[in-house]
Formats: sequence, C-alpha cells, structure tokens
Amino acid sequence: MSTATDNVLMEVKDLKVHFNIKADNAWPWTPGQALKAVDGVNLTIYEGETLGVVGESGCGKSTLARALLRLVPITDGSVVWLGQDLTDLDKKQMRDKRQELQMIFQDPLASLNPRMTVGDIIAEPLRTFKPHLSKKEVKDQVRAIMDRVGLLPNVINRYPHEFSGGQCQRIGIARALILKPKLVVCDEPVSALDVSIQAQVVNLLKELQEEMGLSLVFIAHDLSVVKHISDRVLVMYLGNAVELASKHSLYDTPRHPYTKALLSAVPVPDPQHERGKKIQLLAGDLPSPINPPSGCVFRTRCPHANEDCASQKPVLENLSSEHQAACLRLAEIA
Amino acid sequence: MTKTVEKENILEVDNLRVNFKTPDGLVTAVNDLTFNLAQGETLGIVGESGSGKSQTAFALMGLLAGNGVIEGEARFEGQNILTLNEKAMNHIRSEKIAMIFQDPMTSLNPYMKVGKQLMEVLLLHKGMNKADAFEASVKMLDAVKMPEARKRMNMYPHEFSGGMRQRVMIAMALLCQPKLLIADEPTTALDVTVQAQILTLLNELKADFNTSIIMITHDLGVVAGLCDKVLVMYAGRTMEYGQTEDVFYRPTHPYTKGLLEAIPRLDGDGGALATIAGNPPNLLNLPAGCPFQERCLYAEDRCRKESPVLEEYQPGKLRACHKPVNWEVAS
Repeated sequence: MSTATDNVLMEVKDLKVHFNIKADNAWPWTPGQALKAVDGVNLTIYEGETLGVVGESGCGKSTLARALLRLVPITDGSVVWLGQDLTDLDKKQMRDKRQELQMIFQDPLASLNPRMTVGDIIAEPLRTFKPHLSKKEVKDQVRAIMDRVGLLPNVINRYPHEFSGGQCQRIGIARALILKPKLVVCDEPVSALDVSIQAQVVNLLKELQEEMGLSLVFIAHDLSVVKHISDRVLVMYLGNAVELASKHSLYDTPRHPYTKALLSAVPVPDPQHERGKKIQLLAGDLPSPINPPSGCVFRTRCPHANEDCASQKPVLENLSSEHQAACLRLAEIA
Repeated sequence: MTKTVEKENILEVDNLRVNFKTPDGLVTAVNDLTFNLAQGETLGIVGESGSGKSQTAFALMGLLAGNGVIEGEARFEGQNILTLNEKAMNHIRSEKIAMIFQDPMTSLNPYMKVGKQLMEVLLLHKGMNKADAFEASVKMLDAVKMPEARKRMNMYPHEFSGGMRQRVMIAMALLCQPKLLIADEPTTALDVTVQAQILTLLNELKADFNTSIIMITHDLGVVAGLCDKVLVMYAGRTMEYGQTEDVFYRPTHPYTKGLLEAIPRLDGDGGALATIAGNPPNLLNLPAGCPFQERCLYAEDRCRKESPVLEEYQPGKLRACHKPVNWEVAS
C-alpha cells in the first residue's frame, strides 16, 4: 500500500471532461448540451503501483484514461505529471512527454496498423522519439523487447493479421514499453481475449511491471481481473469516482452501495456459492450523462437514497488511510 | 444423478458433426458431440472462441451457413430435427425451440417497432389476431420485467439500452412458450449488473415455465449459477461432460482444470494466475492425437498419436483424455 513517502507520479485534481453534444436535427444556432463523461475526479498515481479503474460501460473510465494522456480535450481541472501540469503544455511539449506516458488499447488487432510489419510497429515509437539511433540499434532494441513479451524473433517481418488476439496484444505491449515509459495506461487490455490467453497477458503485465518499475492504470469492467492486477482500485459511476481504496480493503469491505451491488453481481465459478448467494440487483438503467441526476448521481438506483441525496453532492471522504468513498449515508448503511 | 434418470429427455444429440467446406480445406467445427437434455434442465456449453459452441447451436436450429454440412442426429421429442425441411423446421423454431442471440444490438430489426417484431411471432406461429397478439406481447414484456411495457411496444430498438434489448429478445423467444431455449452468450455484451438482472430472470423463467435451457458461454461463473450440467468443448470436441458440481469441484480433464485455474476469481487471493500455455489450435491444422496435447501439462507419447475417445468413466460423467487428473492420488 502506498504511503506518503512513495513518489507521486501523477496527481489529478478535479478533472472534468465534457463533450459538447448536439442533436442531428437541431438548428445550427441552438446551443449543444454538455455530456459529462468525467465530472470532477481526483486521484493520485504513485510510482510502481497499479491503479485499477472499474465501472460499467458509459461510466467514463475510458475517457478518464484518455484524459490522463491528454488524448481528449480536458474541460477543467489539472493533470500534474511529476510536478508539471500537462494541461498547460503546448502540442510540442506534450509530444515530448508522451515518451513517459504510453497506452495499451482494448482491441488488439484494430490498434495495429495492418500494413506495417510487427518489427516496424514496435520500432515506430523509437524512430519517432529517438531518431538518432542507428538501424541496428533500433533492431536490437526491438528484438530485445519482443523476446521480453514472448514473441519469437522470426515473426518480426509478419503482419498483424497473421497473429491471434493474444499475440496482437503482446505486440501492443511491446510497442508501449519500448520507450521505457514510467506510466502505462491500459484501456481494457484483456477484455477481448479468451480466458486462457487473458491469464497469460495479465501475468505478463505484472511481470513487466515489477521488472521495469512501471506504474499502470488498468481499466477494466471485469472486477475479478482488476483484483488480480491492482494495488488500489477506483470505482466509477456516471463520470464520478464513488470509491477509491486499496485492493483488499475494497474487495473485503466495500462501503459504497454501488460497489456492493457491483461486487455481488459478479458471477463466481463456484456452483454452491453462486446458488446460495444474494445478488443486490440494481433497478433500472444507467441515467444519461447528458442530464445526470442532481446531488448524488447514483441516487436514482440506490436502495438507500433519501431527500438529502438529491440536493447534496457527495465527495470522496477518507474512511481510513487507504479507503475513500463518496456517499452521504455511509454511517447509516454500514 | 437420480434427477436426470427420472425425467424424459427432450433433446438427444448423437454424434453431431458440423463440417465447413472452405477454400483452405475442410474444417470440422463440431466433432462427434453427444449430449442429452431433460425437460426443465439447463446445460451449459463452455469453451473458448473457436471451440464450436455457437456452431452447435446454429446446427440445432438449422441456421448454419451455406457451406456447412451436418452429420449425426439430434432428436427433439423423438424426432430428428437435423433432416427436417425448411417448412417443418420453421414450425419447430420458436414454437418448440427458441434462440437468444449474443448481440442484442444487431439481432433486432432497427426499422420495426419492438411491438411489431414481438407480435409478428404470434401472428405467424399462433395465428392470433392483432389485438390478442398485442396483449400477449405486453404481458410477456411484463414477465421479463420491462418497465412501462405498453409504452415500449411503440418504440424502436435504438431507444432501448443493451439490457432492455436483451429482455426484448428473451421475451420474443418465450412468446410461444418453447420447450427448449438456446441462449448463445446472452450476457456477454452486457455489464455485470445487467448480466445479473438477466441471469436472475432466466433462473425465474426456468422455474416458472419449466423451460429447458442450453446456455452457451465462455464465462464459467455464469454456468456455475445457472446450469445443472456442463459440457466443456475444445477444438470442436467434448473434453468433459457431467453435473456442474462434479466438473467444477473435481475437474478430471486437464483442460477443464486449467481453464478453472486460469480465470481470475473474485473469491481468489489475487495472486499470479495459472496459465494454459500456447494458443487455441487452428481448426484447419489440428495437432495429431488429442487436440489439446500441445498445451497439456500431462501429455505423453500416446496423447500425440491417438485421439482419446469420449468415455463414460463414471455414470453420468464423460471425458476424453488419456491422462486424466486423478483426484484420489492428488488429494
């Protein structure tokens, strides 16, 4: 668990990403509406840790990931990377920073250029950021990283379509790691993979992290995968952080009603446990992020909501040194 | 086991084999699949992508692609449904056997109101008049817990969320009260909380209508909660088949065991995951002998030469393996 002495890599303060949405049939002069994809998230990423981000589709976890690397325009708030606010940087300065901040994408095949060979794909970051390297140096580094992620050297001249999903994800990992970044944001890196391959990729990421001292932001909708890889976990709902805690604290004693419902909904491969368990079903669907509920965004589906929840917006409160939750009625429902 | 002996089987599949003629050669997507299903029972078919689980469903429903060739028999209420002509099959589809597809986003017609799509089933199969069909559809939407069912009848699929669309699909499948429901990855595209809603719904339907369900999924957690029996497929073949408890607590096939250990579990300690080395095989180019031998920890010479046959090693428990995990020795 991170303590105050750990080195802070990134500090995110009140991050907001709003998209301007306009109906197709709207008049040109009608103002658009704001879709609040991420609405005020605070978090800190320490050196060498893995922060898991979980939530259902539409909760803003992918937008958060992209905002950390400034891949989407940030509406408000700051992303401080090693003491420097990334939102202040111009395009060229940001580009230099990208050496330290890399990303692994969800769809392994779609994120690789089909007309480039594996060797070229993996070498591209080197050629971009370190143009002074000789051809041989580039090739050596590519071979070294390919070996590290478990790709045989003889595939270097093949094209992405010749590989299976798991292999493609290894290529994506190699490409992200060849510049030896400090932070890698993984956006659902294993959700498109089969179970047996998923385990291989999760273990590989864990090994590489230890070896290279990487920090990972691991985004996933699968709570069991996140449990395996993370040190701390952030739970998001409709653009808001509802709970942030160390892995053990979160999974053993979830405090927020949404986290509780989410955890109870995950099927466990144990027939007796599954048949006996009580699932806290959430009523209804996710509200629209264009017009989110007032006060607590979860109140429309929360079994404990009362009038206060409609008027007051809860913020993340410290429950212990390693557990924060955003709920007005924590004391009553615990 | 006593449970299955008493009940009559409504579906008996014998040596089902599905071949596809492709430009690269003959692909056997499903290889000698045999299983039984009793009334009210739920069978889970699990496997990774390419293991042939969906093709099994398509074969049973007569929905195979044009280059698919079926061998073997599938007797539904004593009648072989694999050789029926289109007209007779249409009669069975929906009225006797219904299917829920994986992707609720693309399996509804975007140009038709949901109500019309639901009513169509009743108009065609039951010969109801429109007013009755409308009422029956509303009732069914209520049964699958669709809020404001009457209002929803007049809406188009794009106005629904993923979970809602899957409810429409389930309602549509249940309109004629089929005896057998084939669900092909019904919750894969959905979020966990929505998945929990749908699974609870399926469990209730099972109890209310005594429907038999074939649940096709890659998620062993889903199988654990819903299914009585499990069939584990790999490269088109049955690896292990038995009662859910037996397969989950005492998997004897190395593949089943590996699969169970490789899943990240919510009740696990979060340590490193066990892995199955290698990749699923290419169906065009299967290894000699057992299809799993290249990735199997226990493979020996025999596994590389002879393909193991599926045998009943204990009543109701089948597996295809030369080197099964021996629990007596292991424990």
